[in-house]
Amino acid sequence: MANDPITGKEAVSEALPGNPAIQALTAAGPDFITDAKFDRNELTLTIPAEKIRQACEIVRAAGYNFFSDLTAVDWYPAEPRFQISYHLLSHGFKQRVRLKVLVTSDDPAVESITSVWPASNQYEREVWDLMGIRFQGHPDLRRIMMPEEWEGHPLQKTYPVEGYR
Amino acid sequence: MSRSMPEIAEFVATERLVKPSHEQDSQSHSMVLNMGPQHPSTHGVLRVVVEIDGETVTKLVTDIGYLHTGIEKNCEAKYYQQVVPMTDRIDYLCPMTNNLAYCLAVEKLLQLEIPPRAQWMRVLMNELTRLQSHLVWLGTHAMDIGALTVFLYCFREREELLRLFEAIAGQRMMTSYFRIGGLSLEAPLDFFPRVRALLKKMPEKIDEYQNLLTGNPIWVNRLKGVGHLTAEQAVALGVTGPPLRASGVDWDLRRDMPYTGYENFQFRVPTSTDGDVWARYWVRLEEMRESVKIATQALDGMPEGRITADAPKVVLPDREKMKTEMEALIHHFKIVTEGFTVPAGEVYQAVESPRGEMGYYVVSDGTAKPYRVHMRNPSFATLQALPTMCEGRLLADVVAVIGSIDIVLGEIDR
Repeated sequence: MANDPITGKEAVSEALPGNPAIQALTAAGPDFITDAKFDRNELTLTIPAEKIRQACEIVRAAGYNFFSDLTAVDWYPAEPRFQISYHLLSHGFKQRVRLKVLVTSDDPAVESITSVWPASNQYEREVWDLMGIRFQGHPDLRRIMMPEEWEGHPLQKTYPVEGYR
Repeated sequence: MSRSMPEIAEFVATERLVKPSHEQDSQSHSMVLNMGPQHPSTHGVLRVVVEIDGETVTKLVTDIGYLHTGIEKNCEAKYYQQVVPMTDRIDYLCPMTNNLAYCLAVEKLLQLEIPPRAQWMRVLMNELTRLQSHLVWLGTHAMDIGALTVFLYCFREREELLRLFEAIAGQRMMTSYFRIGGLSLEAPLDFFPRVRALLKKMPEKIDEYQNLLTGNPIWVNRLKGVGHLTAEQAVALGVTGPPLRASGVDWDLRRDMPYTGYENFQFRVPTSTDGDVWARYWVRLEEMRESVKIATQALDGMPEGRITADAPKVVLPDREKMKTEMEALIHHFKIVTEGFTVPAGEVYQAVESPRGEMGYYVVSDGTAKPYRVHMRNPSFATLQALPTMCEGRLLADVVAVIGSIDIVLGEIDR
Protein backbone atom coordinates (compact mmCIF):
# COMPACT_ATOMS: atom_id res chain seq x y z
CA MET A 1 0.00 0.00 0.00
CA ALA A 2 1.28 3.44 -0.90
CA ASN A 3 0.31 5.04 2.39
CA ASP A 4 2.00 2.86 4.97
CA PRO A 5 1.99 4.44 8.43
CA ILE A 6 5.22 6.06 9.57
CA THR A 7 5.82 5.57 13.30
CA GLY A 8 8.42 6.90 15.69
CA LYS A 9 9.51 10.44 16.48
CA GLU A 10 12.65 10.42 14.30
CA ALA A 11 11.03 8.78 11.29
CA VAL A 12 8.10 11.22 11.29
CA SER A 13 10.36 14.28 11.72
CA GLU A 14 12.35 13.04 8.72
CA ALA A 15 9.26 12.37 6.60
CA LEU A 16 7.72 15.79 7.39
CA PRO A 17 10.74 18.12 7.53
CA GLY A 18 8.89 21.44 7.39
CA ASN A 19 5.95 20.64 9.68
CA PRO A 20 5.41 23.69 11.94
CA ALA A 21 3.99 21.71 14.88
CA ILE A 22 6.93 19.28 15.05
CA GLN A 23 9.43 22.11 14.55
CA ALA A 24 7.95 24.30 17.28
CA LEU A 25 7.62 21.49 19.82
CA THR A 26 11.15 20.20 19.15
CA ALA A 27 12.55 23.70 19.48
CA ALA A 28 10.73 24.20 22.81
CA GLY A 29 12.35 21.18 24.47
CA PRO A 30 13.46 17.62 23.82
CA ASP A 31 10.72 15.93 25.87
CA PHE A 32 7.56 17.53 24.46
CA ILE A 33 7.02 14.82 21.86
CA THR A 34 7.31 11.30 23.24
CA ASP A 35 6.00 9.53 20.15
CA ALA A 36 4.73 10.41 16.70
CA LYS A 37 2.76 8.77 13.95
CA PHE A 38 1.88 9.75 10.40
CA ASP A 39 -0.92 7.55 9.19
CA ARG A 40 -3.49 8.08 6.40
CA ASN A 41 -2.20 11.62 5.94
CA GLU A 42 -2.89 12.51 9.58
CA LEU A 43 -0.19 13.51 12.02
CA THR A 44 -0.47 12.35 15.64
CA LEU A 45 1.95 13.62 18.28
CA THR A 46 1.98 12.05 21.74
CA ILE A 47 2.55 14.61 24.50
CA PRO A 48 3.30 13.85 28.20
CA ALA A 49 0.12 14.45 30.24
CA GLU A 50 1.63 17.14 32.47
CA LYS A 51 2.80 19.20 29.48
CA ILE A 52 -0.37 19.37 27.39
CA ARG A 53 -1.33 22.97 28.23
CA GLN A 54 2.17 24.19 27.45
CA ALA A 55 2.26 22.13 24.25
CA CYS A 56 -1.07 23.65 23.18
CA GLU A 57 0.31 27.15 23.76
CA ILE A 58 3.39 26.36 21.66
CA VAL A 59 1.40 24.80 18.84
CA ARG A 60 -1.03 27.70 18.87
CA ALA A 61 1.84 30.17 18.60
CA ALA A 62 3.22 28.08 15.71
CA GLY A 63 0.10 28.80 13.65
CA TYR A 64 -2.47 26.18 14.64
CA ASN A 65 -4.93 28.85 15.59
CA PHE A 66 -8.18 26.90 15.71
CA PHE A 67 -9.37 24.32 18.24
CA SER A 68 -11.51 21.75 16.42
CA ASP A 69 -12.22 18.93 18.77
CA LEU A 70 -11.34 17.21 22.01
CA THR A 71 -12.40 13.73 22.98
CA ALA A 72 -11.22 10.64 24.80
CA VAL A 73 -10.90 6.92 24.04
CA ASP A 74 -11.10 4.23 26.69
CA TRP A 75 -8.57 1.41 26.06
CA TYR A 76 -9.79 -0.74 28.98
CA PRO A 77 -8.20 -3.06 30.24
CA ALA A 78 -4.90 -1.71 28.85
CA GLU A 79 -2.82 0.77 30.87
CA PRO A 80 -2.54 3.74 30.52
CA ARG A 81 -6.26 3.37 30.08
CA PHE A 82 -7.44 6.68 28.63
CA GLN A 83 -6.33 8.46 25.49
CA ILE A 84 -7.31 12.11 25.08
CA SER A 85 -7.19 13.40 21.51
CA TYR A 86 -6.94 17.10 20.69
CA HIS A 87 -7.66 18.02 17.08
CA LEU A 88 -6.16 21.35 16.14
CA LEU A 89 -6.48 23.15 12.85
CA SER A 90 -4.39 25.82 11.18
CA HIS A 91 -6.28 28.24 8.95
CA GLY A 92 -2.98 29.49 7.53
CA PHE A 93 -1.31 26.17 6.67
CA LYS A 94 -4.62 24.44 5.90
CA GLN A 95 -3.61 21.38 7.88
CA ARG A 96 -4.49 19.60 11.08
CA VAL A 97 -2.52 18.06 13.90
CA ARG A 98 -3.70 15.62 16.54
CA LEU A 99 -2.14 15.83 19.98
CA LYS A 100 -2.55 12.70 22.02
CA VAL A 101 -2.25 12.33 25.79
CA LEU A 102 -2.29 9.03 27.69
CA VAL A 103 -3.74 8.98 31.22
CA THR A 104 -3.73 6.10 33.71
CA SER A 105 -6.96 4.80 35.26
CA ASP A 106 -6.32 5.78 38.89
CA ASP A 107 -7.74 9.25 39.34
CA PRO A 108 -7.52 10.24 35.66
CA ALA A 109 -6.87 13.96 35.38
CA VAL A 110 -5.14 16.34 33.01
CA GLU A 111 -4.61 20.07 32.90
CA SER A 112 -7.40 22.09 31.27
CA ILE A 113 -6.61 24.03 28.08
CA THR A 114 -9.48 26.50 28.49
CA SER A 115 -6.89 29.22 29.13
CA VAL A 116 -5.45 28.60 25.63
CA TRP A 117 -8.72 28.06 23.76
CA PRO A 118 -11.97 28.99 25.55
CA ALA A 119 -13.66 26.77 22.94
CA SER A 120 -12.48 23.66 24.80
CA ASN A 121 -14.76 24.49 27.76
CA GLN A 122 -17.79 22.40 26.79
CA TYR A 123 -15.63 19.68 25.26
CA GLU A 124 -13.79 19.15 28.54
CA ARG A 125 -17.09 19.08 30.39
CA GLU A 126 -18.33 16.44 27.98
CA VAL A 127 -15.22 14.27 28.46
CA TRP A 128 -15.58 14.58 32.25
CA ASP A 129 -19.26 13.69 32.08
CA LEU A 130 -19.03 10.72 29.72
CA MET A 131 -15.49 9.41 30.36
CA GLY A 132 -14.72 10.50 33.92
CA ILE A 133 -11.49 12.36 33.23
CA ARG A 134 -11.09 15.51 35.32
CA PHE A 135 -9.61 18.70 33.90
CA GLN A 136 -7.60 20.66 36.45
CA GLY A 137 -8.15 24.39 36.27
CA HIS A 138 -11.43 24.18 34.35
CA PRO A 139 -13.67 27.10 35.35
CA ASP A 140 -16.91 25.12 35.64
CA LEU A 141 -16.44 21.34 35.51
CA ARG A 142 -20.05 20.13 35.75
CA ARG A 143 -21.84 17.30 33.95
CA ILE A 144 -23.16 18.49 30.61
CA MET A 145 -25.14 15.67 28.97
CA MET A 146 -26.20 13.47 31.86
CA PRO A 147 -28.30 14.66 34.83
CA GLU A 148 -26.35 16.13 37.76
CA GLU A 149 -26.98 13.20 40.12
CA TRP A 150 -26.03 10.50 37.61
CA GLU A 151 -23.60 7.82 38.77
CA GLY A 152 -20.89 6.53 36.47
CA HIS A 153 -19.53 7.69 33.14
CA PRO A 154 -21.42 6.14 30.21
CA LEU A 155 -18.71 6.11 27.54
CA GLN A 156 -16.34 4.00 29.62
CA LYS A 157 -16.00 0.49 28.22
CA THR A 158 -16.98 -0.98 31.60
CA TYR A 159 -20.40 0.71 31.36
CA PRO A 160 -23.03 -1.49 29.65
CA VAL A 161 -24.71 -0.39 26.41
CA GLU A 162 -28.12 -1.71 27.44
CA GLY A 163 -29.98 -2.01 30.73
CA TYR A 164 -29.36 -0.22 33.99
CA ARG A 165 -25.92 0.34 35.44
CA MET B 1 -26.00 -7.23 41.31
CA SER B 2 -29.32 -5.65 42.11
CA ARG B 3 -29.57 -1.92 41.93
CA SER B 4 -32.56 0.29 42.13
CA MET B 5 -33.81 1.99 39.00
CA PRO B 6 -32.50 5.51 38.54
CA GLU B 7 -34.95 8.13 39.62
CA ILE B 8 -36.35 10.74 37.29
CA ALA B 9 -33.67 13.29 36.51
CA GLU B 10 -33.83 16.40 38.58
CA PHE B 11 -33.99 19.80 36.98
CA VAL B 12 -30.77 21.73 37.55
CA ALA B 13 -31.84 24.49 39.90
CA THR B 14 -31.78 27.91 38.30
CA GLU B 15 -29.79 29.32 41.23
CA ARG B 16 -27.04 26.79 40.55
CA LEU B 17 -26.56 28.14 37.04
CA VAL B 18 -26.90 31.84 37.79
CA LYS B 19 -26.54 33.05 41.37
CA PRO B 20 -28.81 36.02 42.01
CA SER B 21 -26.86 38.96 43.43
CA HIS B 22 -28.71 39.51 46.72
CA GLU B 23 -26.29 41.88 48.40
CA GLN B 24 -27.12 44.88 46.22
CA ASP B 25 -30.82 44.19 45.89
CA SER B 26 -31.79 47.67 47.04
CA GLN B 27 -30.07 49.39 44.11
CA SER B 28 -30.21 46.91 41.23
CA HIS B 29 -33.38 45.46 39.80
CA SER B 30 -31.81 42.30 38.42
CA MET B 31 -33.86 39.14 38.17
CA VAL B 32 -33.11 35.63 36.96
CA LEU B 33 -35.26 34.32 34.14
CA ASN B 34 -35.56 30.80 32.81
CA MET B 35 -36.00 30.43 29.03
CA GLY B 36 -36.76 26.94 27.90
CA PRO B 37 -36.21 24.00 27.69
CA GLN B 38 -39.69 24.16 26.17
CA HIS B 39 -39.57 27.42 24.30
CA PRO B 40 -40.52 27.89 20.66
CA SER B 41 -37.53 30.08 19.84
CA THR B 42 -34.93 27.63 21.15
CA HIS B 43 -35.39 25.32 18.14
CA GLY B 44 -35.59 22.19 20.24
CA VAL B 45 -34.91 21.81 23.91
CA LEU B 46 -32.27 24.36 24.79
CA ARG B 47 -32.46 25.87 28.25
CA VAL B 48 -31.10 29.36 28.68
CA VAL B 49 -30.93 31.00 32.10
CA VAL B 50 -30.55 34.75 31.88
CA GLU B 51 -30.00 37.38 34.50
CA ILE B 52 -31.65 40.60 33.40
CA ASP B 53 -31.50 44.12 34.69
CA GLY B 54 -34.61 45.70 33.30
CA GLU B 55 -34.49 44.59 29.66
CA THR B 56 -30.73 44.17 29.53
CA VAL B 57 -29.11 40.74 29.76
CA THR B 58 -26.27 40.84 32.29
CA LYS B 59 -25.44 37.14 32.37
CA LEU B 60 -26.42 34.17 30.26
CA VAL B 61 -25.84 30.47 30.97
CA THR B 62 -26.91 27.60 28.72
CA ASP B 63 -28.01 24.20 29.94
CA ILE B 64 -28.03 21.35 27.41
CA GLY B 65 -28.35 17.58 27.40
CA TYR B 66 -32.12 17.21 27.24
CA LEU B 67 -31.89 15.28 23.95
CA HIS B 68 -28.91 13.14 24.91
CA THR B 69 -29.51 9.61 23.62
CA GLY B 70 -26.00 8.18 23.79
CA ILE B 71 -25.52 7.80 20.05
CA GLU B 72 -21.72 7.63 20.43
CA LYS B 73 -22.07 4.74 22.89
CA ASN B 74 -24.56 3.00 20.62
CA CYS B 75 -22.20 3.24 17.65
CA GLU B 76 -19.62 1.16 19.50
CA ALA B 77 -22.05 -1.75 19.67
CA LYS B 78 -22.90 -1.76 15.95
CA TYR B 79 -21.13 -2.86 12.77
CA TYR B 80 -19.57 -0.13 10.70
CA GLN B 81 -22.38 -0.12 8.12
CA GLN B 82 -25.06 -0.05 10.84
CA VAL B 83 -23.75 3.28 12.11
CA VAL B 84 -24.78 5.12 8.92
CA PRO B 85 -28.50 5.37 9.87
CA MET B 86 -27.51 6.59 13.35
CA THR B 87 -25.68 9.54 11.83
CA ASP B 88 -28.91 10.78 10.20
CA ARG B 89 -30.51 11.21 13.59
CA ILE B 90 -27.82 13.53 14.92
CA ASP B 91 -28.61 16.47 12.73
CA TYR B 92 -32.04 15.97 11.24
CA LEU B 93 -31.72 18.98 8.95
CA CYS B 94 -28.66 17.77 7.05
CA PRO B 95 -28.68 13.95 7.15
CA MET B 96 -26.61 13.61 3.96
CA THR B 97 -23.78 15.75 5.32
CA ASN B 98 -23.57 13.50 8.36
CA ASN B 99 -23.67 10.36 6.24
CA LEU B 100 -20.90 11.82 4.11
CA ALA B 101 -18.61 12.72 7.00
CA TYR B 102 -18.93 9.28 8.55
CA CYS B 103 -18.54 7.41 5.25
CA LEU B 104 -15.46 9.48 4.33
CA ALA B 105 -13.90 8.72 7.71
CA VAL B 106 -14.41 4.96 7.37
CA GLU B 107 -13.31 5.05 3.71
CA LYS B 108 -10.14 6.79 4.86
CA LEU B 109 -9.54 4.00 7.36
CA LEU B 110 -10.15 1.40 4.64
CA GLN B 111 -8.23 3.50 2.05
CA LEU B 112 -11.02 2.99 -0.49
CA GLU B 113 -11.09 4.66 -3.89
CA ILE B 114 -14.51 6.17 -4.61
CA PRO B 115 -15.56 6.32 -8.30
CA PRO B 116 -16.13 9.81 -9.79
CA ARG B 117 -19.87 9.40 -10.33
CA ALA B 118 -20.41 8.61 -6.65
CA GLN B 119 -18.30 11.62 -5.67
CA TRP B 120 -20.25 13.98 -7.91
CA MET B 121 -23.55 12.59 -6.70
CA ARG B 122 -22.33 13.19 -3.14
CA VAL B 123 -21.54 16.80 -3.98
CA LEU B 124 -24.93 17.27 -5.66
CA MET B 125 -26.88 15.77 -2.76
CA ASN B 126 -24.82 17.70 -0.23
CA GLU B 127 -25.61 21.02 -1.85
CA LEU B 128 -29.31 20.15 -2.07
CA THR B 129 -29.12 19.31 1.64
CA ARG B 130 -27.49 22.65 2.34
CA LEU B 131 -30.30 24.43 0.46
CA GLN B 132 -32.87 22.44 2.38
CA SER B 133 -31.24 23.20 5.72
CA HIS B 134 -30.84 26.91 4.99
CA LEU B 135 -34.49 27.10 3.95
CA VAL B 136 -35.55 25.73 7.33
CA TRP B 137 -33.18 28.16 9.03
CA LEU B 138 -34.53 31.15 7.09
CA GLY B 139 -38.15 30.20 7.70
CA THR B 140 -37.77 29.63 11.43
CA HIS B 141 -35.43 32.57 11.96
CA ALA B 142 -37.89 34.92 10.27
CA MET B 143 -40.71 33.38 12.27
CA ASP B 144 -38.81 34.05 15.53
CA ILE B 145 -38.50 37.69 14.56
CA GLY B 146 -42.17 37.87 13.66
CA ALA B 147 -42.23 37.58 9.85
CA LEU B 148 -44.52 34.58 9.55
CA THR B 149 -45.00 34.70 5.79
CA VAL B 150 -41.43 33.72 4.92
CA PHE B 151 -41.83 30.41 6.69
CA LEU B 152 -44.51 29.27 4.22
CA TYR B 153 -42.47 30.44 1.23
CA CYS B 154 -39.40 28.54 2.42
CA PHE B 155 -41.24 25.35 3.22
CA ARG B 156 -42.81 25.39 -0.25
CA GLU B 157 -39.37 24.90 -1.85
CA ARG B 158 -38.18 22.65 0.96
CA GLU B 159 -41.08 20.32 0.25
CA GLU B 160 -39.87 19.91 -3.34
CA LEU B 161 -36.36 19.15 -2.11
CA LEU B 162 -37.68 16.57 0.31
CA ARG B 163 -39.67 14.96 -2.50
CA LEU B 164 -36.44 14.70 -4.47
CA PHE B 165 -34.77 13.04 -1.48
CA GLU B 166 -37.68 10.62 -1.26
CA ALA B 167 -37.34 9.82 -4.95
CA ILE B 168 -33.64 9.01 -4.70
CA ALA B 169 -33.33 7.49 -1.22
CA GLY B 170 -36.85 6.36 -0.35
CA GLN B 171 -36.91 8.62 2.72
CA ARG B 172 -37.64 12.29 3.09
CA MET B 173 -35.49 13.15 6.08
CA MET B 174 -33.51 10.18 7.44
CA THR B 175 -32.08 9.38 4.04
CA SER B 176 -29.01 7.17 4.76
CA TYR B 177 -28.32 7.52 1.03
CA PHE B 178 -24.53 7.42 1.22
CA ARG B 179 -22.97 4.10 2.13
CA ILE B 180 -19.43 3.15 3.00
CA GLY B 181 -17.86 2.74 -0.44
CA GLY B 182 -20.33 4.79 -2.46
CA LEU B 183 -24.09 5.26 -2.72
CA SER B 184 -26.99 2.97 -1.92
CA LEU B 185 -28.91 3.36 -5.18
CA GLU B 186 -28.67 4.80 -8.68
CA ALA B 187 -30.91 7.84 -9.22
CA PRO B 188 -34.35 7.18 -10.79
CA LEU B 189 -34.77 8.17 -14.47
CA ASP B 190 -36.64 11.43 -13.95
CA PHE B 191 -34.46 12.56 -11.05
CA PHE B 192 -31.94 14.74 -12.90
CA PRO B 193 -34.57 16.66 -14.94
CA ARG B 194 -36.51 17.32 -11.74
CA VAL B 195 -33.42 18.62 -9.94
CA ARG B 196 -32.56 20.81 -12.93
CA ALA B 197 -36.04 22.30 -13.04
CA LEU B 198 -35.87 23.11 -9.33
CA LEU B 199 -32.37 24.61 -9.54
CA LYS B 200 -33.46 26.77 -12.48
CA LYS B 201 -36.19 28.50 -10.51
CA MET B 202 -34.25 28.59 -7.22
CA PRO B 203 -32.34 31.92 -7.75
CA GLU B 204 -35.66 33.61 -8.45
CA LYS B 205 -37.10 32.17 -5.26
CA ILE B 206 -34.13 33.34 -3.21
CA ASP B 207 -34.74 36.84 -4.62
CA GLU B 208 -38.31 36.46 -3.47
CA TYR B 209 -37.28 35.70 0.14
CA GLN B 210 -34.88 38.59 0.01
CA ASN B 211 -37.62 40.92 -1.21
CA LEU B 212 -39.78 39.89 1.71
CA LEU B 213 -37.08 40.59 4.29
CA THR B 214 -34.16 42.78 3.22
CA GLY B 215 -36.14 45.99 2.81
CA ASN B 216 -38.39 45.38 5.79
CA PRO B 217 -37.58 48.04 8.44
CA ILE B 218 -38.58 45.80 11.36
CA TRP B 219 -36.33 43.01 10.06
CA VAL B 220 -33.42 45.42 9.54
CA ASN B 221 -33.78 46.97 13.00
CA ARG B 222 -33.99 43.62 14.74
CA LEU B 223 -30.90 42.26 12.94
CA LYS B 224 -28.41 45.06 12.28
CA GLY B 225 -25.73 45.44 14.95
CA VAL B 226 -27.22 42.69 17.11
CA GLY B 227 -25.19 39.77 18.53
CA HIS B 228 -21.82 41.12 17.51
CA LEU B 229 -18.87 38.72 17.37
CA THR B 230 -15.38 39.72 16.28
CA ALA B 231 -13.12 37.45 14.23
CA GLU B 232 -10.79 36.85 17.22
CA GLN B 233 -13.71 35.95 19.50
CA ALA B 234 -15.19 33.63 16.87
CA VAL B 235 -11.90 31.73 16.40
CA ALA B 236 -11.24 31.52 20.15
CA LEU B 237 -14.73 30.18 20.85
CA GLY B 238 -14.59 27.52 18.14
CA VAL B 239 -17.26 29.07 15.91
CA THR B 240 -17.40 27.57 12.40
CA GLY B 241 -19.48 27.85 9.27
CA PRO B 242 -21.61 30.87 8.33
CA PRO B 243 -21.20 32.65 11.73
CA LEU B 244 -17.39 32.45 11.35
CA ARG B 245 -17.52 33.77 7.79
CA ALA B 246 -19.92 36.52 8.87
CA SER B 247 -17.27 37.61 11.39
CA GLY B 248 -14.73 38.07 8.61
CA VAL B 249 -12.76 34.81 8.64
CA ASP B 250 -12.51 33.52 5.08
CA TRP B 251 -12.59 29.79 5.80
CA ASP B 252 -14.63 27.11 4.09
CA LEU B 253 -13.60 23.45 4.27
CA ARG B 254 -15.08 22.79 0.83
CA ARG B 255 -12.59 25.17 -0.74
CA ASP B 256 -9.67 25.08 1.72
CA MET B 257 -9.48 21.38 2.58
CA PRO B 258 -11.51 19.82 -0.26
CA TYR B 259 -13.07 16.41 0.12
CA THR B 260 -15.18 14.18 -2.15
CA GLY B 261 -14.13 16.11 -5.27
CA TYR B 262 -15.02 19.69 -4.26
CA GLU B 263 -11.73 20.82 -5.85
CA ASN B 264 -13.41 20.35 -9.27
CA PHE B 265 -16.06 22.98 -8.61
CA GLN B 266 -15.94 26.76 -8.96
CA PHE B 267 -17.71 28.74 -6.29
CA ARG B 268 -17.35 31.84 -4.20
CA VAL B 269 -17.18 31.81 -0.41
CA PRO B 270 -19.29 34.74 0.80
CA THR B 271 -17.86 36.58 3.80
CA SER B 272 -18.77 39.70 5.72
CA THR B 273 -16.87 41.71 8.30
CA ASP B 274 -19.90 42.99 10.22
CA GLY B 275 -20.12 39.99 12.55
CA ASP B 276 -23.75 40.64 13.52
CA VAL B 277 -26.98 38.75 12.99
CA TRP B 278 -27.55 40.64 9.75
CA ALA B 279 -24.18 39.48 8.39
CA ARG B 280 -25.07 35.87 9.17
CA TYR B 281 -28.38 36.30 7.37
CA TRP B 282 -26.63 37.76 4.35
CA VAL B 283 -23.86 35.12 4.28
CA ARG B 284 -26.38 32.26 4.39
CA LEU B 285 -28.51 33.76 1.62
CA GLU B 286 -25.41 34.14 -0.59
CA GLU B 287 -24.40 30.59 0.30
CA MET B 288 -27.73 29.36 -1.01
CA ARG B 289 -27.01 31.02 -4.34
CA GLU B 290 -23.55 29.38 -4.43
CA SER B 291 -25.10 26.01 -3.58
CA VAL B 292 -27.37 26.35 -6.59
CA LYS B 293 -24.29 27.03 -8.75
CA ILE B 294 -22.36 24.03 -7.37
CA ALA B 295 -25.36 21.74 -7.79
CA THR B 296 -25.81 22.94 -11.39
CA GLN B 297 -22.13 22.25 -12.12
CA ALA B 298 -22.50 18.79 -10.61
CA LEU B 299 -25.51 18.11 -12.84
CA ASP B 300 -23.74 19.40 -15.97
CA GLY B 301 -20.58 17.40 -15.47
CA MET B 302 -22.06 14.25 -13.94
CA PRO B 303 -19.70 11.42 -15.01
CA GLU B 304 -20.96 7.99 -16.05
CA GLY B 305 -19.88 4.79 -14.38
CA ARG B 306 -20.16 2.88 -11.15
CA ILE B 307 -21.66 4.35 -8.00
CA THR B 308 -19.81 2.06 -5.61
CA ALA B 309 -16.16 1.30 -5.01
CA ASP B 310 -14.65 -1.90 -6.34
CA ALA B 311 -14.43 -3.54 -2.92
CA PRO B 312 -16.64 -6.66 -2.79
CA LYS B 313 -15.85 -7.28 0.88
CA VAL B 314 -17.17 -3.86 1.93
CA VAL B 315 -19.87 -2.91 -0.58
CA LEU B 316 -23.01 -5.01 -0.88
CA PRO B 317 -23.25 -6.64 -4.35
CA ASP B 318 -25.96 -5.73 -6.87
CA ARG B 319 -29.21 -7.58 -6.34
CA GLU B 320 -28.91 -9.19 -9.76
CA LYS B 321 -25.39 -10.48 -9.08
CA MET B 322 -26.29 -11.69 -5.64
CA LYS B 323 -28.97 -13.97 -7.10
CA THR B 324 -26.86 -15.35 -9.94
CA GLU B 325 -23.27 -15.52 -8.68
CA MET B 326 -22.10 -17.70 -5.83
CA GLU B 327 -19.24 -15.40 -4.85
CA ALA B 328 -21.47 -12.34 -4.62
CA LEU B 329 -23.93 -14.28 -2.49
CA ILE B 330 -21.14 -15.25 -0.06
CA HIS B 331 -19.94 -11.65 0.18
CA HIS B 332 -23.48 -10.42 0.76
CA PHE B 333 -24.04 -13.02 3.48
CA LYS B 334 -20.76 -12.19 5.22
CA ILE B 335 -21.25 -8.40 5.15
CA VAL B 336 -24.80 -8.68 6.49
CA THR B 337 -24.10 -11.26 9.20
CA GLU B 338 -20.64 -10.40 10.45
CA GLY B 339 -19.78 -7.01 8.94
CA PHE B 340 -16.38 -6.23 7.50
CA THR B 341 -13.16 -5.65 9.38
CA VAL B 342 -11.46 -2.27 9.24
CA PRO B 343 -7.69 -1.97 9.76
CA ALA B 344 -6.68 -0.51 13.11
CA GLY B 345 -6.07 3.22 13.23
CA GLU B 346 -7.70 6.55 13.95
CA VAL B 347 -8.95 9.23 11.56
CA TYR B 348 -10.62 12.59 11.84
CA GLN B 349 -12.63 13.66 8.82
CA ALA B 350 -14.39 17.00 8.71
CA VAL B 351 -16.86 18.33 6.17
CA GLU B 352 -18.55 21.70 5.82
CA SER B 353 -22.10 21.15 7.00
CA PRO B 354 -24.70 23.95 6.70
CA ARG B 355 -23.80 24.86 10.29
CA GLY B 356 -20.02 24.57 10.11
CA GLU B 357 -17.33 22.00 10.66
CA MET B 358 -18.90 18.58 11.10
CA GLY B 359 -16.10 16.18 12.00
CA TYR B 360 -16.10 12.46 12.66
CA TYR B 361 -13.34 10.91 14.73
CA VAL B 362 -13.39 7.14 14.18
CA VAL B 363 -11.03 4.81 16.04
CA SER B 364 -10.72 1.22 14.83
CA ASP B 365 -9.13 -1.68 16.68
CA GLY B 366 -9.19 -3.96 13.64
CA THR B 367 -12.60 -5.57 14.27
CA ALA B 368 -15.95 -5.17 12.49
CA LYS B 369 -17.29 -2.70 15.04
CA PRO B 370 -15.91 0.81 15.55
CA TYR B 371 -13.97 1.10 18.80
CA ARG B 372 -14.96 4.74 19.23
CA VAL B 373 -16.99 7.18 17.15
CA HIS B 374 -16.96 10.81 18.17
CA MET B 375 -18.82 13.58 16.39
CA ARG B 376 -17.52 17.12 16.40
CA ASN B 377 -20.67 19.12 15.97
CA PRO B 378 -20.74 22.71 14.78
CA SER B 379 -23.70 23.84 16.92
CA PHE B 380 -22.09 22.46 20.10
CA ALA B 381 -19.09 24.77 19.65
CA THR B 382 -21.05 27.75 18.31
CA LEU B 383 -23.36 27.62 21.33
CA GLN B 384 -20.39 28.64 23.50
CA ALA B 385 -20.38 32.01 21.77
CA LEU B 386 -23.98 32.71 22.85
CA PRO B 387 -23.10 34.50 26.14
CA THR B 388 -20.52 36.68 24.33
CA MET B 389 -23.09 37.67 21.72
CA CYS B 390 -25.97 38.31 24.12
CA GLU B 391 -24.55 39.84 27.30
CA GLY B 392 -25.13 43.56 27.50
CA ARG B 393 -27.89 43.41 24.89
CA LEU B 394 -31.68 43.39 25.16
CA LEU B 395 -33.55 40.24 26.14
CA ALA B 396 -35.45 40.19 22.83
CA ASP B 397 -32.11 40.01 20.99
CA VAL B 398 -31.39 36.60 22.56
CA VAL B 399 -34.10 35.13 20.31
CA ALA B 400 -32.60 36.77 17.23
CA VAL B 401 -29.10 35.53 18.11
CA ILE B 402 -30.21 31.93 18.76
CA GLY B 403 -31.95 31.97 15.39
CA SER B 404 -28.86 33.37 13.68
CA ILE B 405 -26.54 30.56 14.82
CA ASP B 406 -28.96 28.05 13.25
CA ILE B 407 -28.95 25.74 16.22
CA VAL B 408 -29.93 22.07 16.01
CA LEU B 409 -30.22 20.54 19.43
CA GLY B 410 -30.14 16.96 18.17
CA GLU B 411 -26.57 17.45 17.09
CA ILE B 412 -25.54 19.23 20.29
CA ASP B 413 -26.83 16.56 22.63
CA ARG B 414 -26.36 13.48 20.44
